[in-house]
Amino acid sequence: MSDLSDLYQSVILDHNKRPRNRGKPPTANRVATGDNPSCGDNCTVYLHLDPDGRIDAIGFEGSGCAISQASTSLMTTQVKGKTPAEAEALFNEFKTIVTTGQAPEEISDLAAFAGVHAFPARIKCATLGWHATLEALKQPPSA
Amino acid sequence: MSLSPDLRLDFPALDQLVGGKPLVYLDNGATTHKPRSVIDALARYYERDNSNVHRGLHALSMRATDGFEAARARTARFINAAHSAEIVFTRGTTESVNLVAQSWGNANLRPGDVILTTEMEHHSNLVPWQELARRTGATLRYVPVVGADAEHGLDLEALDRLLTPQVKLFAFTHLSNTLGVLNDAAALCAKARAVGALTLIDAAQSIGHEPMDVQALGCDFLAFSGHKMAGPTGIGVLYGKRALLDAMPPYQTGGGMVVSVTYEGATWKPSPERFEAGTPNIADAIGLSAAFDYLDALGRPAISAHDHALAQHACAALSELPGIRVLGPKPGQPRGGLVSFAFAEAHAHDVVTFADQDGIALRGGHHCNQPLMRKLGLPSTTRASFYVYNNEAEIELLVKSMRRILKFFAG
Ligand SMILES: Cc1ncc(COP(=O)(O)O)c(C=O)c1O
Repeated sequence: MSDLSDLYQSVILDHNKRPRNRGKPPTANRVATGDNPSCGDNCTVYLHLDPDGRIDAIGFEGSGCAISQASTSLMTTQVKGKTPAEAEALFNEFKTIVTTGQAPEEISDLAAFAGVHAFPARIKCATLGWHATLEALKQPPSA
Repeated sequence: MSLSPDLRLDFPALDQLVGGKPLVYLDNGATTHKPRSVIDALARYYERDNSNVHRGLHALSMRATDGFEAARARTARFINAAHSAEIVFTRGTTESVNLVAQSWGNANLRPGDVILTTEMEHHSNLVPWQELARRTGATLRYVPVVGADAEHGLDLEALDRLLTPQVKLFAFTHLSNTLGVLNDAAALCAKARAVGALTLIDAAQSIGHEPMDVQALGCDFLAFSGHKMAGPTGIGVLYGKRALLDAMPPYQTGGGMVVSVTYEGATWKPSPERFEAGTPNIADAIGLSAAFDYLDALGRPAISAHDHALAQHACAALSELPGIRVLGPKPGQPRGGLVSFAFAEAHAHDVVTFADQDGIALRGGHHCNQPLMRKLGLPSTTRASFYVYNNEAEIELLVKSMRRILKFFAG
């Protein structure tokens, strides 16, 4: 059982129960959808960049397991205020966490996902929302 | 006659711990385990008889050919086909359906014709018909499922309306891999025949569980996979009525299926060789034959009764859980040997991960049934599917594990 409480940390359960930034922000003008074809989960991320090129609004919709919902929710809180390059760098750190179980000292809540590395089939659940965000950042803004 | 609990010992893979707990394998709808006799038949073939078929004149080639053709005759007997020539070996259900769509479909369908299927089909008995309709200009129609949880199965009144003389083929599943609905295949075939439509039964989920008699069912084609009925992966069957198969063009071309070849062209062997281009899957056909022997020794009515009883028990016990939606027939209504369900509180992936920690193998996802899941408003479900070696105690473990999950996510 210790394995499962490693996977389902309280931060994760909290974000799963009370997702942050759910829904489309009114100012959003970039969007992308990520799909997990093997299980039917999907996640759509909406966002907006301020004149300095930093994410000032982000929200998501879609359905999925606790890991994907919590990861996407937490991700939206972490990338707000970041530039696309900073968001991508953070995703790379996150990928290291979920694939190796090792989290750098300075990383806070994202370290809750370290337990995912013991469940390789769930890594794609944890990264679904991140992929959608990076994709949305590459989209041209709609008018 | 009921099944002996000792038969579990016939399946070597069941004798293992998963995460320190004895394996409870409830993912039989995806693939079943194989008895020792099937594994031995494969090993014996490779150790003694391994050779190519239908071409060598030496002793081993003759033994391999005899084994392969005996497997064909054994298949015909298992489903009560009138002739061995009505049995085409394929890779599995998916290839069998594609063979009919490509060979019969391309040659026989034109704009104005209708292909009829149902809303409960596996992608394997759906996408090939979509593509056939696209290629030929024929129209694809679906018999709807009825009930918020599809608990009433196919809409038979709609079926009567949809079965017009334009329908050239009615392709439907015998046992739904998602709903557990067991269709009355003989009645469906009779209705189709009355308007002159051919029938194809997807027997992937039923072949290992239900008695099967193609002549009594009255179908024109029947498709199944070996691996879902205690046989090897990579081998499956297309049954087709002889006159139909003999009138169909080849599916793939190459060695083994030709009579004579010149630089200008070639002529084809009759069925079944016409549809088996290249070296066939000899070993797995022989392994499949051993699986038929195994199931017949247990007795197919006993297998069916066993699997249905487990599914009824599971359906009733799971239906008691808070916030659960059980798909397909309600407790007490007839259902085949599987149950799929969804919780309001916990997603199927989380459920499957939790159950795995208890040594319980389940399937979570859309079960290759995306349009149906969309219609029912569910992104995914969890499925428990039963076979000859499962027992009541394992259902108790399943329910206990589900209670623990609900407590965890409600807490
Ligand atoms: C109803 C049904 N049809 C077709 C298939 C496809 O079988 P295979 O993957 O062996 O070709 C399956 C397998 O899950 C099934 O359940």
